[in-house]
Amino acid sequence: MARALRASLMVTCLGDMFFPEVGVSTVRLLRRLGVSVDFPAGQTCCGQPLFNSGYHAGAARVGARMVELFKNAEHVVVPSGSCAFMLKHELPGLLRDRAAREAAERLAGRTYELSQFLVKVLRRTEFTASVAGRVTYHDSCHLLRGLHESAAPRAILRGLRGAELVELPAADECCGFGGSFSVRLPEVSSQILDKKLKNVESTGAACVVACDAGCLMQLGGGLRRRGSSVRAVHLAELLDGERRSP
Amino acid sequence: MSEADLSVPFRQRAGGAMKDAHLQEALTIATTKFIGLRREAFADFPEGERLRDLAREIKEATLQSLDRYLEQLIDNVERLGGHVHYATTAEEARRVILDVARRTGARMAVKSKSMATEEIQLNEALEAAGITAVETDLGEYIIQLAHERPSHIIAPAIHKTKGQVAELFAKELKREVAADPEVLTRLARGELRDKFLRADLGITGANFAVADTGSIVLVTNEGNGRMVTSLPRVHVAVMGIEKVVPSMTDLMVFLQILAKSATGQKLSVYTTLVRGPRRAGELEGPDEFHLVLLDNGRIRQLAGTLREALYCLRCGACLNVCPVYRQIGGHAYGYTYPGPIGILLTAMLDGATAVTDLAHASSLCGACADVCPVRIDIPKMLVGLRRELDEKKLAPWTERLAYGMLARVLASPRLYRWAKPVARLLQRPFARNGAMRSAPLFGDWTRTRDLPAVAPLTFQERWKDLEREGP
Repeated sequence: MARALRASLMVTCLGDMFFPEVGVSTVRLLRRLGVSVDFPAGQTCCGQPLFNSGYHAGAARVGARMVELFKNAEHVVVPSGSCAFMLKHELPGLLRDRAAREAAERLAGRTYELSQFLVKVLRRTEFTASVAGRVTYHDSCHLLRGLHESAAPRAILRGLRGAELVELPAADECCGFGGSFSVRLPEVSSQILDKKLKNVESTGAACVVACDAGCLMQLGGGLRRRGSSVRAVHLAELLDGERRSP
Repeated sequence: MSEADLSVPFRQRAGGAMKDAHLQEALTIATTKFIGLRREAFADFPEGERLRDLAREIKEATLQSLDRYLEQLIDNVERLGGHVHYATTAEEARRVILDVARRTGARMAVKSKSMATEEIQLNEALEAAGITAVETDLGEYIIQLAHERPSHIIAPAIHKTKGQVAELFAKELKREVAADPEVLTRLARGELRDKFLRADLGITGANFAVADTGSIVLVTNEGNGRMVTSLPRVHVAVMGIEKVVPSMTDLMVFLQILAKSATGQKLSVYTTLVRGPRRAGELEGPDEFHLVLLDNGRIRQLAGTLREALYCLRCGACLNVCPVYRQIGGHAYGYTYPGPIGILLTAMLDGATAVTDLAHASSLCGACADVCPVRIDIPKMLVGLRRELDEKKLAPWTERLAYGMLARVLASPRLYRWAKPVARLLQRPFARNGAMRSAPLFGDWTRTRDLPAVAPLTFQERWKDLEREGP
């Protein structure tokens, strides 16, 4: 038997603190697929919240630590499109130290957002859904327009046993999260979300799937406040193991 | 004027716009329509992607030798009998144009749609000098009647519904007509015809200027551009210095993508090329032709962080797809150029201090960069502006302090680990079933959304158990 693939999980700060079940599902899913998963201790954040708000010196300090922590990883798997984008495309240009920058560049080539890792590295698109019924998919901006990925999550969702993918109208439009944007301009952010959720509800789906903790925070927070029966779930949760009761 | 009052914070201006039901209706209809039309236009045009790359390369190459192309343009315009004026500031540009108007005894000016003349606030200056300025683009005509400013780069009256336009015409033109675009257009056309015939001065912008032929290129849909450039005795064209393109071959590349990006048309209805004043033997055209080259902060950005914004064709595609613009419209931004590119252009014209709030008026979703015909990386430059605000200490001290603390916590695994029990303690009075319906510091966030609480066990705290489950 071929040697097992090895993946180092970067769980992300939002994933760690607010959505630990996403990380747990990711680990169990990858293990079931024969991947050996490790979790480098001491990880915090990719630096994106600081970077996007313009605090680049701080972002570089935070990001450099992550490069150091993950530098020996065979693959880095990130269950969040925007954090994967940060690692792959922003971090190398942010680091001044030449050795650190080169390490970041090498790391970028081995870093994958989860759906991309499943489809492109593991070449798996057939899974059993842990939630029954209709599901719909929201394209996270950084995964879609940053990593140019719309196909991998859809290939997985289309192949899901036990669930049916319904396309979300205007799936490619932002949910209005945008990190600090949702705090600085909460009214604008909420109105964008409102339109997104109307589209979600129009699909009749039991859950809206996304591959980014930020979008899940926004979509899930809005759905809960409305008392909606629709749930916002991460792709990993949908694919993790046995069917659970809803 | 329904211009935004800049003494009101941006967040409130945006809030006001979102309470305007007419604006919301008009914005949703218009931007959705533009998005669909653009998408269809490029879907039918497989070479579009390559032409966008090419257009970007041409822009970059032109900027690298901008002095040479401008000199060539100036030589050719002068050779054709035109006059060229270089204006370093908006004030200088206004003075040059007023001088021309006074010297030629102009009483009335007809104008074709031009953002450059909005930028230098030319209409106000003309009126102050006793010269009547009449906008002849339908959208511009509407907002001029309403004493407003454009709220979109190519669709200046995008914020008005047809019902509002009918009301406006009834009030200003004393004519009761149906809220039917065709009827309204016919009415405006009749009003404008007389102005075209009486005007002494025609004022236009320029979508492009071709260096090696001295041609000024106007892209319009209503034919008013032709009237403005051919009927009055004097034609003045105002253009930002970045609008020059080297040759007709280059021009063709831009013309193939401009209208598709802007309105989804294959080409605009009229593409007008003007070369100097009327020459001997020609039947129409002005006696005098003046080209005003406008710097107004552009030259400085040739070596600045906003250089790429000089590629902009002013197609407006980035406005239509911007989730922020689509909620608040153009006026709330408060400056001549709205939307994502408008934030960059505002920083270019008025400096970073003008955009301390606007630099954050983006979720960085990237839809703008995706549709930009010359692929300007707008989100990257917005982040760059935010960085400048931090480095120049223009961001509020409370914010800089908060981000400074965040950086310290995220750079230290020990602080990060300790922060979690502290957060759990602080959130205890507010958290129910893993979420908060209200939270101090996040009161505005939680007005419409539940905020997730820090989990009872974070992933890191669960890893030890998870590690035992398998490799």
